[in-house]
Amino acid sequence: MDFLTSPDFWILTGSSLAKTLFIIFAVVLPMVSYTVYAERRVSALIQDRLGPNRTGFPISLLGAKKDWSPFLGGLGQPIADAVKFLLKEDFVPAHVNKFYFWIAPALSMMPALITLAAIPFGSTFLGFPMVVANINVGILFMFAISSVSVYGIVLAGWSSNSKYPFLGGIRSSSQMISYELGMGLSAVPVLLIAGSTSLPKIVEYQVQNGWMLLPYSNGHFGWAKTLLWIPVVIAFVTFTISMFAETNRLPFDLPESETELVAGYHTEYSSMKFALFFLGEYTAMIAGSALIVVLFLGGYHFPGIPNGAGEGGLLPFHFAPGSGSAMIYSAICGLVNITVFFGKVAALLFVFIWIRWTLPRFRYDQLMKLGWLYLFEIALVNIFLTAGILAFTH
Amino acid sequence: MATYVVPRPNLTWKEKMYLPSIFAGMMITINHLKRMLKGETKVVMQYPEEKWDAHMPEHYRGAPTLVKDDHGRERCVACQLCEFICPPRAITIKPEEIPAESKFAKVEKRPKEFEIDMIRCIYCGLCEEVCPEQAIFLRKDYAITGTSRAEMKHDKAKLYELGGVMDGLVNKWNPLK
Repeated sequence: MDFLTSPDFWILTGSSLAKTLFIIFAVVLPMVSYTVYAERRVSALIQDRLGPNRTGFPISLLGAKKDWSPFLGGLGQPIADAVKFLLKEDFVPAHVNKFYFWIAPALSMMPALITLAAIPFGSTFLGFPMVVANINVGILFMFAISSVSVYGIVLAGWSSNSKYPFLGGIRSSSQMISYELGMGLSAVPVLLIAGSTSLPKIVEYQVQNGWMLLPYSNGHFGWAKTLLWIPVVIAFVTFTISMFAETNRLPFDLPESETELVAGYHTEYSSMKFALFFLGEYTAMIAGSALIVVLFLGGYHFPGIPNGAGEGGLLPFHFAPGSGSAMIYSAICGLVNITVFFGKVAALLFVFIWIRWTLPRFRYDQLMKLGWLYLFEIALVNIFLTAGILAFTH
Repeated sequence: MATYVVPRPNLTWKEKMYLPSIFAGMMITINHLKRMLKGETKVVMQYPEEKWDAHMPEHYRGAPTLVKDDHGRERCVACQLCEFICPPRAITIKPEEIPAESKFAKVEKRPKEFEIDMIRCIYCGLCEEVCPEQAIFLRKDYAITGTSRAEMKHDKAKLYELGGVMDGLVNKWNPLK
């Protein structure tokens, strides 16, 4: 009770609220809409087309002389899309199960946003750790919440009361069962090496001992690290493949598969409800990429850049602790850390898009076979491999 | 009964892994992306900025228009042959007499109203072929647009504006035209 009335409680609440607002409204939602734009643009470039290159910002409506369409063209497209989705008729077919039909889009969007709470998207900024919820079972939280998003798809498929969404929903649930295992198990080697399930601690371990995938990034060579790199690479590959399945991206977009199931689980949806499914998919992509960055790619750390307290790094700046310039320096470092993190996430999102426009869709039985017969076993053996190496070298 | 047993290909270990072919495919797509970014891939014409005008063949049949001769006289004498031959009946002509005090009084007739309904026009060029006075020509305008049906009816003023002046004796039967 003392904590609830103390100023610490209000500082914690206020800073968490500020961080939540920042990460959701200033970073992730714009990132989602521009990922959709990037998806359209990159897919076009890969297929020798141009993609949406027309829509600019109609600032001539506000009195400017010319509309503003910056260098690439089409940067106003996400805004136009959003306006279109908001203004379209929200049609609910008569044959659907209304309650679940309404709750499904929210269930597909919200888990993706909630999982972002546990992601450390920066080191510290003005002394506050840049993670909304610093929980010591962060990775379990991520897995638990992100698997809720399958309910959105299954409920959408079931409540639509029509055959194609139904097939999509069935596919989604079985896909989820086959991939959750492999995904959870392939993250275990990282947890073994870092010795923690708290995501900020995993990142701190990588800052100290080199990234999981680039073990020499802290400038030190070590035999144990080199040996451990082998299971880490295997874990990275299996984890990334499972993440593609988790976020329903090609080559595992069986719930949606436009060519077979019209539009899969969201066939009967229109307007903003459809947009929520769409945004949910991309938010899940961002959350998934963020998790990969945290687990394997060193989180906010970049070799040579100091952390949010201005410590470490290659630049020889040393300020008296507590002085104004030290404050500004550490604040700038904190911002750079955040930028590095989202830069890595953006690079991974590009890989997601790149793979989507390269690979064809897996057949249904191939997907189940891959999940149950290969990824699960590889991840399981990989745990014992990691544990063995750790036992012999530490 | 002919039965064919299609042999399954024996996949090598590398092919079964599937990952090498994924990377090969990814290299192909990224090369396409790189070529696009460098501008080495030809893309379709960016229409409103680039237009067909420079690529139009000499014999292109665009919008039908009326022309004046080098004295500023409208060549049309309102014989209505084009109106009669027009397959979709897009042309409507109301003739009138040229008043006696006019410089061109001896021509006797001119169109009072000359309307071509561009929604009906099929750009066949029969009006141009049939015209004894070489007064109607198909120009190269192809983007005829309007926001109403009334706007899509080209009246006399609009037709002369599009057509302009045609000097001298124009050889209409030029095989390329």
